[in-house]
Amino acid sequence: MTEMVQSSAAQLPSSLEEIRALLAEIPDPEIPVITIEELGILRRVDRDGGRIVVTITPTYSGCPAMEMICGQIIDTLAANGIEDAQVKTVYSPAWTTDWMSEAAKAKLDAYGVAPPGSREAVLCPRCRSNDVRTVSSFGSTACKALMVCQACLEPFDWFKAI
Amino acid sequence: MAGLPTAELTGQTVDDEGLFRFLVGHADDNLVLAQRLGEWVSRAPELEEDLALANLALDHLGQARALFTYAAEVQGEGKDEDDLAFLRTEQEFTNKLLVEQPNGDFAQTMVRQMFFDAYQLILWEQLSEVADSRLAGIAAKANKEATYHFRHSSGWVVRLGDGTDESHRRTQRAVERLWRFTAELFESGEVDAAIGRGIADQAERWLSIAEGVLDEATLTIPDDPFQRSGGRAGAHTEHLGHLLSEMQWMQRTYPGLEW
Repeated sequence: MTEMVQSSAAQLPSSLEEIRALLAEIPDPEIPVITIEELGILRRVDRDGGRIVVTITPTYSGCPAMEMICGQIIDTLAANGIEDAQVKTVYSPAWTTDWMSEAAKAKLDAYGVAPPGSREAVLCPRCRSNDVRTVSSFGSTACKALMVCQACLEPFDWFKAI
Repeated sequence: MAGLPTAELTGQTVDDEGLFRFLVGHADDNLVLAQRLGEWVSRAPELEEDLALANLALDHLGQARALFTYAAEVQGEGKDEDDLAFLRTEQEFTNKLLVEQPNGDFAQTMVRQMFFDAYQLILWEQLSEVADSRLAGIAAKANKEATYHFRHSSGWVVRLGDGTDESHRRTQRAVERLWRFTAELFESGEVDAAIGRGIADQAERWLSIAEGVLDEATLTIPDDPFQRSGGRAGAHTEHLGHLLSEMQWMQRTYPGLEW
């Protein structure tokens, strides 16, 4: 990269990689400790003529955060001088927690949400005990189940593995 | 926009009108069930179950929205998912009769859910393999959700059926009330056969899944062979009109109102 390219990039994002990097910073509205990129919701950024087309996929069909995420994407692009943008939702390939990186899982854990994995591997995010019980298979958001630690008695969310 | 062969799904050609009716039928199943489950919010036996029922409703609503959006595009009349959900009459709704049945008590809601989840497990699995990639994508996603739903609903049916005398009595009563709406799940017309690769021949598989749960729950299938039908033709039980009048009243009273 030449110096000239670098200096122009500071004003207006020009490449799709730069635009994606901007969008990758957007936190998930319901679990703000990880981004839509880390969750695997942000799938693609493309150019269609003069328009930027961002493709996202929902964690669950009925995830109520999708509309807010669309709005955040449009707002982020507009704040960076990109007005002509469209957000597309796709269902295939179906979202899976397998897309989540180890780093993202560690962030969830530090936040108090047990990361996705097998049920046997769930540890209490507070005291690391594996003596945990499922209180409800469905939790405060579509992507989580409600657990309780039998050792320290702390209730916590578990990010469901699908 | 009938007549244009748009979707070659299994070698047989389905025209836009057929595909539209197919998508709307399945969307209606999910929307009506979502509305029913939503009626439980703030009324469930415990907080955790309140959340669970709302989560089930949300998944069904999401599935309905994806199907309605696709249907509206196929229809090509400039309508959207909201037009299809809020501005059609009872006779224009084509959901199967099981999903419009009232919640009753918690046992009845869970038996209805288990019957429907077992059906959707099979349905989504079949549809996730059709040539129409958009429909297959919606189905593959929904299949994961149905798997999770079935685990929950079948677990409750076993717990209630094989529970106390009172919970057994109520769950058995629910099976007797709802069994007559189960054969309709596997009725299928020409379009279903072309798109859905003949779900009709899957009834046996459903029966073995449902029977497995009922056996474990110490519940019995009613002797009465009577079965109701007519949902896909818009001939509903007396319950759907009331459900729609509540769900649609805002758009009917304030046309075009937006949040």
